[in-house]
Amino acid sequence: MSKLIEVKNLKKWFYVGKVVAGKRKALRAVDGLSFFINNKEVLGLVGESGCGKTTCGKMLLRIIDPTSGSIFFDNEEITYLDKNKMKRFRRRMMIIYQDPFGSLDPRMRIGKAISEPLEVHNIGTPHEREERVTELMEKVGLSPDQINRYPHEFSGGQRQRIGIARALATNPEFIVADESVSALDVSIQAQIINLLKELQEEFGLTLLFVAHDLSVVKHICDRVAVMYLGKIMEMADKKSLFSNPKHPYTQALLSAIPIPDPKKRKKQEILMGDVPSPVNPPTGCRFHTRCPQVMDICKKEEPPLREIKPGYHVACHLYD
Amino acid sequence: MNKKKELLKVNNLKTYFYTHEGIVKAVDAVSFSVNQGETLGIVGESGSGKSVTALSIMRLIPQPPGKIVSGDIIFDGKNLCALSEREMRKIRGSKISMIFQEPMTSLDPVFTIGHEIIETILLHQDLTKREANKKAVEMLEVVGIPDAHKRMNNYPHELSGGMRQRIMIAMALSCNPALLIADEPTTALDVTIQAQILRLMNDLKKEFNTSVLMITHDLGVISEMCDYVAVMYAGHIVEYTDIYTIFEKPMHPYTKGLNKSIPRMDKETKTLDTIKGIVPNLLHLPPGCPFAPRCEYAFERCFKEVPKLIEVEPRHFVKCHLVEGKFGAYEKEKIREFDL
Amino acid sequence: MEGNMQIKKESTGSELLRRFKYNKSAVFGLIIVLFMVFCAVTADIIAPNDPYPSPPVLANKLKPGFWNDNGAEGMPLGSDGLGRCVLSRIIYGARVSLTAGFVAVAIAMILGIAFGVLSGYFGGWVDAVIMRIVDVMFAFPALLLAIVIVTVVGQGLEKAMIAIGIVYSPQMARIIRSSVLYIKEMEYIELQKAIGSSHWRIILRHVIPNSIAPVIVYGTLMLATAILDCAALGFLGLGAQPPTPEWGAMLSNSYSYIVSGAWWAATFPGIAILLSVLGLNLLGDGLRDILDPRLKQ
Repeated sequence: MSKLIEVKNLKKWFYVGKVVAGKRKALRAVDGLSFFINNKEVLGLVGESGCGKTTCGKMLLRIIDPTSGSIFFDNEEITYLDKNKMKRFRRRMMIIYQDPFGSLDPRMRIGKAISEPLEVHNIGTPHEREERVTELMEKVGLSPDQINRYPHEFSGGQRQRIGIARALATNPEFIVADESVSALDVSIQAQIINLLKELQEEFGLTLLFVAHDLSVVKHICDRVAVMYLGKIMEMADKKSLFSNPKHPYTQALLSAIPIPDPKKRKKQEILMGDVPSPVNPPTGCRFHTRCPQVMDICKKEEPPLREIKPGYHVACHLYD
Repeated sequence: MNKKKELLKVNNLKTYFYTHEGIVKAVDAVSFSVNQGETLGIVGESGSGKSVTALSIMRLIPQPPGKIVSGDIIFDGKNLCALSEREMRKIRGSKISMIFQEPMTSLDPVFTIGHEIIETILLHQDLTKREANKKAVEMLEVVGIPDAHKRMNNYPHELSGGMRQRIMIAMALSCNPALLIADEPTTALDVTIQAQILRLMNDLKKEFNTSVLMITHDLGVISEMCDYVAVMYAGHIVEYTDIYTIFEKPMHPYTKGLNKSIPRMDKETKTLDTIKGIVPNLLHLPPGCPFAPRCEYAFERCFKEVPKLIEVEPRHFVKCHLVEGKFGAYEKEKIREFDL
Repeated sequence: MEGNMQIKKESTGSELLRRFKYNKSAVFGLIIVLFMVFCAVTADIIAPNDPYPSPPVLANKLKPGFWNDNGAEGMPLGSDGLGRCVLSRIIYGARVSLTAGFVAVAIAMILGIAFGVLSGYFGGWVDAVIMRIVDVMFAFPALLLAIVIVTVVGQGLEKAMIAIGIVYSPQMARIIRSSVLYIKEMEYIELQKAIGSSHWRIILRHVIPNSIAPVIVYGTLMLATAILDCAALGFLGLGAQPPTPEWGAMLSNSYSYIVSGAWWAATFPGIAILLSVLGLNLLGDGLRDILDPRLKQ
């Protein structure tokens, strides 16, 4: 398998607040990520709010510029490409957003919205583009005679389908799905998850699936990376990670999900405390303030993300 | 179970919104009851009317455009619909409290949280300021806030989402209400924080013997918290039963579909079962059963006539023509299909 | 409150029209404005007399209108100091005032949109420079600034229009900038970046169409003040020059006759100004209520 995306020591610091002694405080949204995504693979990036998962996804698409580190797309470094050079890659990578209401221009007919990526990249004649839009709309389960409608005439789930159609327009290889189903109602969410999965298989898409909902990730991904405060804590194939999570954070995260079965109500391990601020992350292991198995070394030394067995990465001193 | 005292009984409640575009029947003939110390969950998707039901009980429907058109809300022997606004104000916050999804918007940013809790206590209880202060600190300790004394002087923006929700719970429970209405109390929180809050609510419910009306879209939360569940769809309660039956032997096609369409942590599935179609627009509801256009089992009658809520077993209500048929030998062929 | 969320959707054209009909003062405003436009368009047909007969018929000087038996024949609102029909001049004046207002507002809009969009979209030093210039212009009362400009470039109706347009543009720029700042954060704009759209494309296709709604509302309100300021410049003799039938100039040429009892020559142009400003304000307020859901109810 070849790697389509590779990221090395990627960082994004946002500078916030007042200037103190000539400097502003750095909010370390993403603080040193290294991972790769194989061709035609679905990688789930999970974590709680503020862990940097969305920032990471947007950096891969160069929507946000990284502070340091490097991003490779199909073995070419794209980290510092300028706007014009980047454009060559843009048609090969797309994004699907979370909010089906904010991601469509309210004053643009949906047919136009779906064909916009084609127009920007000068693909096809107007007539060919219209044919492509019709094809895409059918593909995502919309009726092509709605092509001239405006976004407000659609429900949340339908708008998400429009967003998916738009993302597929240029036949990209890589798509970042940023919480793409979390704003939807349960019955609609299942439809969209199935659709994404079908399309991924049909077109051999490589997907970065950013989500906070582990049960959705479990359903759709091949591999999963768990983030906490800007770092990857654990990364492994779905099966081993869900059946036998190694990192105490992953364990807690998994046990915190309420299971829709009253017979399985459990005395779960509940994490105490809140997520610390990314402006002042704890020294040593970032998770040590909430970790039920904290040791002395955790407070002093930050554990690196280590491969403890082939394909299984954990950042935890328990596995030194 | 039946020996417990009935605390709240909602009978045939109809809350409509009169808009320029037409009448929105947000809550349409809803009936349910909550016993003392019991937790009833109301689950439904957006637009199902679950929040409007809660606001109707609190008599907090913005009027106009909203209006409680008919129905009774019997709370502790009193019909809340017949009370004056003044009498209602005495009940709100003292006998019935409510917590919301986003605590930031229900806390006033210019007051310290101590101030807010003390105000709430003084409003409903005959205490001196000092006693109220003591009680406030006590409540903060009860909801698991460390350094309660110090926190009293914090402003809402200085606290995390989880902390703010704890404060809201402290405020809601400070007057020892008989009923706590929780409207999506954990939806805005991360899973690990949600687990903390749910456990806290479960513990406090037992400690204070409070009845809880839990409104959520998350069947997982329902299963962790509730004794009884009402499933709402487009303003109707389509099924109402105890927590075990709803997950094991649901009878309404919508409940069945909902159960199957959630991605599960504890099960391996290739593709999710889905409910076809989209959530209906309340302005243009079809005649007949509102779920009929999305229902796999729908037959002619479903598109014409709204089914009645039928008690198929003690405290198991279903609003579906198929169930009606099942007990009245109607449309046998469909029923056989349904039983599969 | 999900029940409400179902109701609160984006407004369609027919929906807006219906909301408009419910708004009585807006409808009243619209009627006045439409009447004004009607007068302006059909002035040649409906005006009973020539607005500037040459040579002036001085015999008809300052004759009262229909309320007096000795009134000037065929001049329902009397005649002015040069014996010209006041009604006809007011009707032709609608044409002058409306044109002046529209041109001024159009200039303000073009300048305002250009600078507001640049400033809001690009931010940084572009924003800082543009906004400081705007601040400086805001420091002067609008009319005073217009007078300064007219004094520099010279008098005349055209120059007055341009001056007012320039003076109003900072206000427009601020309004546009604030709505651009909001729209810039929307995901559909961020997505354009991901697609690889150029700045021009983003601005023309997405930013401007979405930030134009408040411009229409404030444009209507601005039209009212522009007409008023044009009249003021005319009154001061810096705007329209004789014999152009401009309401402000008419007022200024005739107000001295009020003392001698000939009140009509100055009063009716004044009423015309009042009504048109009132109508446009009502219409603008109504449009704002209709287009801005936050102000609803």
